[in-house]
Amino acid sequence: MAHGWKNTSRESAITPETLYLNRRRLMAGGAAALGAGLVPGPGAAGPFDAATDPNSLNDITTYNNYYEFGLGKSDPSRYASALTTSPWTITVDGLVEDPGDYDLREILNGKTIEDRIYRLRCVEAWSMVIPWQGVELRDILADLRPLDGARYVHFETVLRPDEMRLPVGVIDWPYVESLRLDEARHPLTLLATGLYGRDLPNQNGAPIRLVVPWKYGFKSIKSIRRITFSETPIRTSWMKSAPNEYGYYANVNPQVDHPRWSQSSERVIGAGIFGNRRQTEMFNGYGDEVAGLYAGMDLRENF
Amino acid sequence: MHLAQDMNRLTRRVPTWLVWCLGMAPLTWLAWGLGLALQGQSGPLGVDPVKTLEHETGLLALQFLIAGLAVTPLRRFAGLNLIKFRRALGLIAFTYLLAHIATWAVLDVQAVSRVIEDLTSRTYIMVGMAGFLLLVPLAWTSRNTAIRRLGAVRWRRLHMLVYPAILLGGLHFVMSVKGWPVEPLAYLGAISFLLGLRLLPRRRHASV
Repeated sequence: MAHGWKNTSRESAITPETLYLNRRRLMAGGAAALGAGLVPGPGAAGPFDAATDPNSLNDITTYNNYYEFGLGKSDPSRYASALTTSPWTITVDGLVEDPGDYDLREILNGKTIEDRIYRLRCVEAWSMVIPWQGVELRDILADLRPLDGARYVHFETVLRPDEMRLPVGVIDWPYVESLRLDEARHPLTLLATGLYGRDLPNQNGAPIRLVVPWKYGFKSIKSIRRITFSETPIRTSWMKSAPNEYGYYANVNPQVDHPRWSQSSERVIGAGIFGNRRQTEMFNGYGDEVAGLYAGMDLRENF
Repeated sequence: MHLAQDMNRLTRRVPTWLVWCLGMAPLTWLAWGLGLALQGQSGPLGVDPVKTLEHETGLLALQFLIAGLAVTPLRRFAGLNLIKFRRALGLIAFTYLLAHIATWAVLDVQAVSRVIEDLTSRTYIMVGMAGFLLLVPLAWTSRNTAIRRLGAVRWRRLHMLVYPAILLGGLHFVMSVKGWPVEPLAYLGAISFLLGLRLLPRRRHASV
C-alpha cells in the first residue's frame, strides 16, 4: 500500500524528488551548510525556484507552532528538547480489533519509510515546504484493524507537565485532533517520523506526527500518544478554543476567510522580505487528489 | 517620600534626548535586522522577519504608550515627577506605530487592495487603526507652539484622546491572537488599571 503518491506525479512547483535527492546527497557529502538559509550551498544552485524550494532545516526547526512548549514561534526549538521520545508507546482504543498499548517500533515494524515533499499551509496564512519521511497512515490503520462501525479516527498529543510549559488560556490540554476515516486512509496522509533525512526533531513533533497536506497545519497533530477509532467525530482542540474560527475539516480554502484574516494568500517563509506572497491554492494544491472526498459538501458550511 | 524626592532630583538631571536615544535603540536594532533580511541574510528577526517586525513594533508602541500613561499616576500616588519625559514617550510610541503600520501595509499585506480589504473587514485591524487615528492629532499638536495656540485647557482636553486610543490598542492586541493567552491580557489589564486610577476621586487639598 505504500508509495500511494509520488511527488513527481504533480505539476507542482515544488522541487521534484530527484533534485531533492541530489541535494540530499550533496548535503550528506557535507558540502552544504545546513541552516544557512535559502542558499543551498556551494555548487547546488540549480534550476529550481527559491520560493518553492524546500525550506531550510533552520526554517523548519526554528519556526514552529507547538503550543505545549510556548506560544512563540521559536519557543518549541528552545524548550522541546525536554521531551522524552524514547521509548514511545501509543495507546490504541475505541472501535478497534485489538485495543492496547503498542510500542512505536512495533507499529512501524516492516513499514516502508518514504520521502514526501509537502507544502505546509498554516491557518495563520504562512506556508513552508518540508521534505518529510514517514509512512502512509493507511498502512498503519490496516494493521490496527478498526471495526466496521468506525468512521472517525482521533489523535491525542502526549501530555507531560514535567517536560512541557503548557501555557494557559489557549488550549485545553491534551491537544486532540480527528479525521474522517476516509481522509485518514487517503494516500497523501502521512505519519511522519523524520524530515531532511534525519529523525523528526522534537519541535516538529517527535517521534511521530500526522501530516495532512491539504488541511491547515493544526490538523497535523504532533507527538501522537493515542489513536482512537470512533463512530462519531469529536470537537478538536481548536474547535473547543474558538468554534467560530476553526472547524472540523479545516481544509485549506482560499475562498473561506478566517474571521480575522484573509486566507486567499499566504506568506512564504524563507522567501525574503518582498515577493513572499503566494496565492493560496484550494486544498493547498492537492485538489486533484482529495477534492473527491468532499463531493457535494458545502465547504463554507463545513470549514 | 525621600526616595521620590531623590529620584526627582536625579531625573531633573536626565536630559530628554537620553529618553529619545533609549526609545529609538530598539527601532535601530529592528531596522538593522530588516536590512540583513532584505539582503537575504538571517539576522535577529529570525525566520519570519516581517511578523517579528510587526509584532515588536506594535509591542513597543504599546509599551511606550503605557509608560506615558503611567506618568500622571506616578506623580499623584508616588510623588515621582517624570512629566518632562512624557512628550518623548508619546512621540516614541507614535514612531513605533508608524513603523508598525508601514510594516503591515508594505511588508506584510503588500497591496493596496489587501490593505483596504483588511481595513473594511477585519475588526481587530479596524480597532487598531481607530486607535492610531486618534493619536494623529496628538502627535501633530505635540509642540509647545501648539499648546500656546490651542490654550492649555483645550490642549489638555484634546490629549485625553490618548485614553480611548490606548484602550483600542490593548484591545487590538487581545483580538489579534488565538485564544486568551496571558500576555495581551496583561497589557490590557495594565492599561485598564492605569486608566482606572484616573477615576479615583481627587482629595480636595491634594494638589494645592
